[in-house]
Amino acid sequence: MLKINDLHVRLEEEDKAILRGVDLDVTAGSVHAIMGPNGSGKSTLAYVLSGRDGYEVTRGGVALEDQDLLELEPEERAAAGLFLAFQYPVEIPGVGNMTFLRTALNAQRKACGDEEVSAADFLKLIRDRAKSLQIDPEMLKRPVNVGFSGGEKKRNEILQMAVLEPKMCVLDETDSGLDVDAMRLVADGVNALRDEGRAFLVITHYQRLLNHIEPDVVHIMADGRIVKTGGPDLALEVETNGYADILQEVA
Amino acid sequence: MGLPARRQEDTEARIAHLEVPDGAAWATEMRKQAVSRYLAMGLPGRRDEYWRFTRPDDLNTPQAPSAAVVDFGEAPAFGGIDRLRIVFRDGVFDPEASDDLSCEGLEVERLQSATAHEIHWLKDVYGVLEARSQEPVARPFAALNTAFATDGIVIRATERVSRPVNLTYLHENPDSDAILHFAIKVESGADLTVLENGPAAARFNKCMEVDVADGGAFHHVRAQGRDHERRAVTHMFARLGKKSAFKSFTLTANGVLTRNEAFIEFVGDNAVSHIAGAAVGDGDFHHDDTVFVVHDAVGCESRQVFKKVLRNGAVGAFQGKILVKEGAQKTDGYQISQSLLLDEDAQFLAKPELEIYADDVACSHGSTSGAIDEDALFYLQSRGLPRPEAQDLLVLAFLAEAIEEIESEDISRDIYGRLKGWLQRHRR
Ligand SMILES: Nc1ncnc2c1ncn2[C@@H]1O[C@H](COP(=O)(O)OP(=O)(O)OP(=O)(O)O)[C@@H](O)[C@H]1O
Ligand SMILES: [Mg+2]
Repeated sequence: MLKINDLHVRLEEEDKAILRGVDLDVTAGSVHAIMGPNGSGKSTLAYVLSGRDGYEVTRGGVALEDQDLLELEPEERAAAGLFLAFQYPVEIPGVGNMTFLRTALNAQRKACGDEEVSAADFLKLIRDRAKSLQIDPEMLKRPVNVGFSGGEKKRNEILQMAVLEPKMCVLDETDSGLDVDAMRLVADGVNALRDEGRAFLVITHYQRLLNHIEPDVVHIMADGRIVKTGGPDLALEVETNGYADILQEVA
Repeated sequence: MGLPARRQEDTEARIAHLEVPDGAAWATEMRKQAVSRYLAMGLPGRRDEYWRFTRPDDLNTPQAPSAAVVDFGEAPAFGGIDRLRIVFRDGVFDPEASDDLSCEGLEVERLQSATAHEIHWLKDVYGVLEARSQEPVARPFAALNTAFATDGIVIRATERVSRPVNLTYLHENPDSDAILHFAIKVESGADLTVLENGPAAARFNKCMEVDVADGGAFHHVRAQGRDHERRAVTHMFARLGKKSAFKSFTLTANGVLTRNEAFIEFVGDNAVSHIAGAAVGDGDFHHDDTVFVVHDAVGCESRQVFKKVLRNGAVGAFQGKILVKEGAQKTDGYQISQSLLLDEDAQFLAKPELEIYADDVACSHGSTSGAIDEDALFYLQSRGLPRPEAQDLLVLAFLAEAIEEIESEDISRDIYGRLKGWLQRHRR
């Protein structure tokens, strides 16, 4: 599904290399987790995948199925099936959540040559998805993320994912800021979307989320590289011992 | 004292070809006084503090600089709304194109006819509100208008009238120089909506005087004409009685020069005035909103919301003053003027001012200028919105606070539709 090959990325503004040879192969139907110390480059990877400005790819490439992802504009990546749940969702005053989501869904459908959804069908869809994530319908009327609590913002990301039904979902610390119950809800939301044709890349610091969303593969990122890859046990090891041992081992 | 010789010459030359129209004695007297006011004030000069942000040159010349007539092939504003249509062609009333002027709850009359009567309610409004606005700041184009306006309509509303009056200004002659004057009296308990649209002329000087009696309400929505080269100087004067309401919104898209002035005076307690404007400019566009609000009564609420979206050399200016006189306690004043600069060539100049002589008031004002929020843009794109669409969405969100001042949903939908069309045509 998603193939990252020797990806090197530096910041455009300052001459600073952030990703220094990332390799990753996320197959359809699987869940991969990425853990790693603060500042190791996890969010940078997520941003580069989704096409944010300010990064320069100096080597390597990324393919989403058979498309060269790096050639595409952010909106084309979205239409191709990529979704990033932001570590810090952006507030957009003046743009209603509902209008935003409907415009987004229709833009993606249009890009894929599908018909737009009617207002009535959309309303049904979003009500249904909001309900399973226990999102207050009032929240949908408010401007995107404005005045939302940290946890509400994260739930709103998952709601968007549930409505847009992307193929490749990248979740950047969606668990941080969530209380125990909300984490359950979010995990249930993710699990409900799990199927053969869809893959997940879950960035997290905590094993707890991975109890709910069981990963097939766990990667440790350090200093802009994947330094270790293993099964779910690797997350447990990090939880109990921290990164010191792993980093020493690969040094 | 008197004006410097050069300015005096220009001031006289500006009106040399204009004639004070015939009328009843009171009207002639009012017009002559206006001529004197105009001559005493003189045309604005380049160093005039009130014209610091806007060069008056093209308004000062005796002849109007010409403006190409543009056919945008677009449905006229307010087309879907049941309204009483009053049409002017290059500043001349066109009865053929207009609806029958009789309407339940309204007295509608052409200016020439109203000013010919020896006894008329107009006597207490025409030029009266304009004259009251001339202190402390001179508004010479308004005095010129009172003196020489060749056409116009006067309206007295005696009831709550649901059907809006729509003044449509067609522009057909590339050299036309139109001076129109409107006087409106909203009687106690009456409610009137006035809509305006169209470029009117190559150069357009318009005054609207609105006298709202106790408990009356006046609503105003204007879509200024889009001809690129047109120039306009407009004045809106309002005198507001007890518990009255005055709501005005203006959309400006295109126009090489626009100066929209408003002078709002609270004379009765607990009245409300909201004035709002949304302006979008791309290229050769200079738009100036100059607002002066005088609180001379207790417990009045005034709100001014002005938003401008500028790019490619477009310039926006805002001058807003809230004057709270001694004794105008419990005044609630809010003023915001903001610009969204879509590139580095655009410019926004603002001068917000508060002058308060009462101690128990709540007044706030703010002015900001900023670029499009790149993080928000990326967020929208990452959800599948193409960049131009995402940008339009953010631009409309920025303008929303001003557009939301329109109370009628039908009219606000019309305005949104026009803005969306404009944005789509001006995508980069
Ligand atoms: N725009 C930027 N300007 C300067 N430095 C940046 C920028 N973006 C990222 N960095 C730096 O790149 C490194 C990687 O940052 P990134 O946000 O990818 O880390 P992370 O692994 O997501 O960390 P965390 O776990 O704290 O979220 C950090 O040292 C960060 O300071
Ligand atoms: Mg991060």
